[in-house]
Amino acid sequence: MAPILCMRGITKHFPGVLANDRIDLEVEEGEIHALLGENGAGKTTLMNILYGLYEPQEGEIVFQGRPIKVSSPHQAIGLGIGMVHQHFMLIPVFTVAENIILGLRSSRGLVLDMEQVQRRILDLSERYGLGIDPNAYIWQLPVGLQQRVEIIKALYRGAKLLILDEPTAVLTPQETRELFHILRSLAQQGTSIIFISHKLNEVMAISDRVTVLRDGRVVNTVLTRETSQTELACMMVGREVVLRIERPPPAPGEPVLEVNDLHALNDKGLPALEGVSLRVHRGEILGLAGVDGNGQIELAESLVGLRRPTGGKILVKGRDVTGSLPSTLIRMGVACIPQDRKAIGSIGEFSLAENVILGSHDQPPFARHGLLNRQAIRRYCQHLISEFDVRTPGVDLQARALSGGNLQKLILAREVSRPHDILIAVQPTRGLDVGATEFVYRRLLEERQNGKAILLISTELDEVLCLSDRIAVIYEGRIVGEMRAEEAVAEEIGLLIAGSRREIGIGRRDESRSTADRKNSFAKETRERV
Amino acid sequence: MFERRAQPHGTLASVILIAASLILALLMGAGLVALAQVSPWEAYRALFYGAFGRIYGLVDTFVKGTPLLLAGLGMVIAFKAKVWNVGAEGQIYIGALFAVWIGLYVGPLPWWLHLPLALLAGALGGGLWGLIPGVLKAYLKVNEVIVTLMLNYIAILFVSWLVHGPMEEPGGFMPQTPRVATTAQLPPLFPPTRLHAGVLVALAAALLVYFLLFHTTLGYRIRAVGAGPKAARFRGIGVERTVVQVMVLSGMLAGLAGANEVLGIHYRLLDGISPGYGFTAMVVALLGKLHPLGVVAASFLFASLSVGADMMQKIVHVPIAISRVIQGLVVLCVLGTEILLLYDLVPLRRLHQRFSSLRFRREG
Amino acid sequence: MLETVFNRLFLVTFLASTIRMATPILLAALGEIYTEKSGVLNISLEAQMLTAALAGFIGAYYTQNNWLGLLLGMLAGILISLLFALLTVSLRADQIVVGITLNLFALGLTTFIYRVLFGVAVIPPHVEPMVEVHIPVLSDLPVIGPVLFQQKAVVYLTFLLVPIAHWFLFRTTIGLKIRSVGEYPLAAETVGINVTRTRYLCILLSGLGTGLGGAFLSVGQLARFTDNMTAGRGFIALAIVIFGQWKPYRAALAALIFAAADALQLSLQAVGVQIPSQFLLMLPYGVTVLAMIFVARRATAPAALAQPYVKEG
Repeated sequence: MAPILCMRGITKHFPGVLANDRIDLEVEEGEIHALLGENGAGKTTLMNILYGLYEPQEGEIVFQGRPIKVSSPHQAIGLGIGMVHQHFMLIPVFTVAENIILGLRSSRGLVLDMEQVQRRILDLSERYGLGIDPNAYIWQLPVGLQQRVEIIKALYRGAKLLILDEPTAVLTPQETRELFHILRSLAQQGTSIIFISHKLNEVMAISDRVTVLRDGRVVNTVLTRETSQTELACMMVGREVVLRIERPPPAPGEPVLEVNDLHALNDKGLPALEGVSLRVHRGEILGLAGVDGNGQIELAESLVGLRRPTGGKILVKGRDVTGSLPSTLIRMGVACIPQDRKAIGSIGEFSLAENVILGSHDQPPFARHGLLNRQAIRRYCQHLISEFDVRTPGVDLQARALSGGNLQKLILAREVSRPHDILIAVQPTRGLDVGATEFVYRRLLEERQNGKAILLISTELDEVLCLSDRIAVIYEGRIVGEMRAEEAVAEEIGLLIAGSRREIGIGRRDESRSTADRKNSFAKETRERV
Repeated sequence: MFERRAQPHGTLASVILIAASLILALLMGAGLVALAQVSPWEAYRALFYGAFGRIYGLVDTFVKGTPLLLAGLGMVIAFKAKVWNVGAEGQIYIGALFAVWIGLYVGPLPWWLHLPLALLAGALGGGLWGLIPGVLKAYLKVNEVIVTLMLNYIAILFVSWLVHGPMEEPGGFMPQTPRVATTAQLPPLFPPTRLHAGVLVALAAALLVYFLLFHTTLGYRIRAVGAGPKAARFRGIGVERTVVQVMVLSGMLAGLAGANEVLGIHYRLLDGISPGYGFTAMVVALLGKLHPLGVVAASFLFASLSVGADMMQKIVHVPIAISRVIQGLVVLCVLGTEILLLYDLVPLRRLHQRFSSLRFRREG
Repeated sequence: MLETVFNRLFLVTFLASTIRMATPILLAALGEIYTEKSGVLNISLEAQMLTAALAGFIGAYYTQNNWLGLLLGMLAGILISLLFALLTVSLRADQIVVGITLNLFALGLTTFIYRVLFGVAVIPPHVEPMVEVHIPVLSDLPVIGPVLFQQKAVVYLTFLLVPIAHWFLFRTTIGLKIRSVGEYPLAAETVGINVTRTRYLCILLSGLGTGLGGAFLSVGQLARFTDNMTAGRGFIALAIVIFGQWKPYRAALAALIFAAADALQLSLQAVGVQIPSQFLLMLPYGVTVLAMIFVARRATAPAALAQPYVKEG
């Protein structure tokens, strides 16, 4: 088969970073080609170049035998290159059909031709087994379906090459399985697919060939059937093991955080938490596993006082704090690393010094009688920077100039350096490189050793398995399972986060079992990796 | 074309851009003056003579700069918190009303009690007028731009009704109140001139606002709410409470500006005590880069422009409104070039790189 | 007094002037709907209106042709909106800050130009008032006739624009593009929609509408120009956009409500009601504040409103 795509010598610098260093990539027609690498290895940058979002400083791209220069996504689409981003490029208040035809010509000139579009969408949906209703609004659809809308959007525009950026990050195992099914059927019918991932098991399961990136360079391109996970892992990180976390035996004390039958609404006013009960003890990490959008954010917001629960109770050290203000909860000893570092965790325009006193700006020694002690604040910041190894030229730097890892370290430093008894960590390593991830893990375990109670909310099952003493699973706003870590069977968790337990109840036993089988291998792989 | 800088350029670059903007605006103003068929050279000579060429002009600059400074400081506080108080004009009128009320109907009191009381009442009035949109914004999510602007008209009309009716001077010919007691008046500093103690009040206020913003927890909260409202709320800052406080403080300073006008210049309440100081104050705050000390410079600069323009109108008959045009142009230029502080212009940088690499090669 | 208020002539005058006075603010509001739907908050409507009012007056005065006046007004509106677009879209300045500054600038500029051209006269210069166009047959209907069908041409045009604006925004490909840019500009960009160009288009379109509204104010309604004659109408138009939930039909209804408050104070003054004029003049502003309070919690603005779009990389 002839290659549909050849990228040669692609180089891209960002201020201070060499994101892509002379990268070569070749994709065959009808091939599923995995692009494997850790966060920050340069996968997304490379694909954004191919998709016309970034302009490379060097290198050439040959697509379908012709050299091309892509300067915009629009042009890429016109050439037959489609991309499904990690953050969907869909407009929530538009319907599926409106999203799909956005920017396209209409057969009726200026006027939208919705009926015809709907028919074509249904055709495509049937051909690849996508099950899409063109009249549904995006905000009404579950994430898995939104992703398929993205795929249809690319196919509708005649994509010959489909790029999927970490497509499984937001999916349940079951949805992942369905996605893989769709991808195979696409490849069989001639579409080439670039599958970006950092998950070895998925790459092994879906791809024909794998190109491994590390630190902006190509390590190697190999046939999937001729390689193994160990070999790929080795290429990906440049050493044998990703993370080796020493975890001393747990010594849990009295419960610090108790959540009883908590109910809350999401931003759209729909139920997001429907009776969550949890208990976190001193000296333990409770991992809350689950796929994005099952109430984790609403739970975290309720626990730090950003969202008023509609029912149930939250107790901190035995005191009822349901519906308390964030300031009260901080004083009660609730620390939190929020999911969004930039908008919620920090203030970009503020200096590092000003950022580290967020939440204690009116406490001595930073302030007395309403007056700030700038000297003390700077000294404190200096102290945290060195203790938490934040790489920065100084305390007066604006927070937005920090890299993701360093900013996360700063937020972690701020939260755990304040008197506290409980730490809520929401996706604490999302988007961080290996070094920073390791640092965060070590600090979380240190917290545990110091007798703090830690609630780790994460969609990364590996992360939950590797850090937690106990694991709870959240699905559609309910806790659907809870177990001790040493009793945790990854396949069972896999089932739970997909909500499969209830499906067993309504008699789809066969399908569930096959999911179980699949999860079985998934879990084994996961543990191997950890 | 633009690439974001990791750290914005510093104060010096900012000052250079402002100076360049000022020059550019004066040039464009010269164009307009030429359109009015007046020699720009003559016109600007009159302007500079009017503003700086005589004691009276200098004094007038301070007199006119004082309310701008006070109200501008109020805008700094509001804008820092990204609360868009467009209602300084109304707050000035209500502040003036409260101050006059104390000056007229309370007393007799010794001056050291009466004057501070009247000033305080002015601040209180403005603060009250700011409290309304503040509460509406904070707790009912009502757009403050529209509400504060509407309250301007309501305040001005309300004061107009008072001076035409209930508070009108008995037996007077003009729609205005009687004079306030001398004990409530801001004393003149150099008696034949109009310069009065209000300017000292305003300068003290500038220092106070500077201190408030950068050295107090309230100031920290104000800046945090403006720069990162979600982060502020997350870490326990009462955003709603802060928004209300910001609107009240902002209104208080505007109210003080109103009190300054009636206790230092007119000695009574009448229609049109403010020729749009509340609006000019907004651009003064922007030109001063929302820094209290920058606002001191900006307010006296703008005041000198309008004092000079007054002379320009008298000598070469260029309408005084030119001052407002130039003021607007200065700030528009500053806003248009601000991007250069946050971003690098890519073609310019490439040029610079090529240049420095050439130099490097020659040295090597 | 009650009899005066409720007689037929009063009612007809009141309703007819409501519709007439709704026209300029509705034109501005329709334009602003497009701007805000594309993600730009343009609070310099006041500046556009005021500049257009002067330009319209100048055009009509010197050419003796009201239509050319309106045309010049629209051009002036576009010019100010172009300045706004340049500063906010291309140079990424804060939209509210630029809006505030432009309003002040326009106030100075119009006063300056008017003084230069016309000086200070005891009897201000004026143009021929625009004539009402009587629609045959319909204008003879009792009450409805004089209220709806004896209006100036611009009034008919404006209310005809409402369904067109709605249709264009919600039923055409360009309308879809505009709305996508205001909701999720990055997504729009990836499917080849030029965010910058779309926002420029909407801002300029708004300048056109607002310009016509401003020119109608001076040329069509008062037949002369006075300093700051818009008196906050640009801001009332902003309120109408919110009150109308970013939808043309609702905005038309909202414009009528606000105009009714304005017309009521005029009509009441005309019949000599014993309320101080200042309180009557407050009426439209007070109504605006109350309306904003009433609607605040239900308003759902476009998701990307007032956020500058920055393409990185």
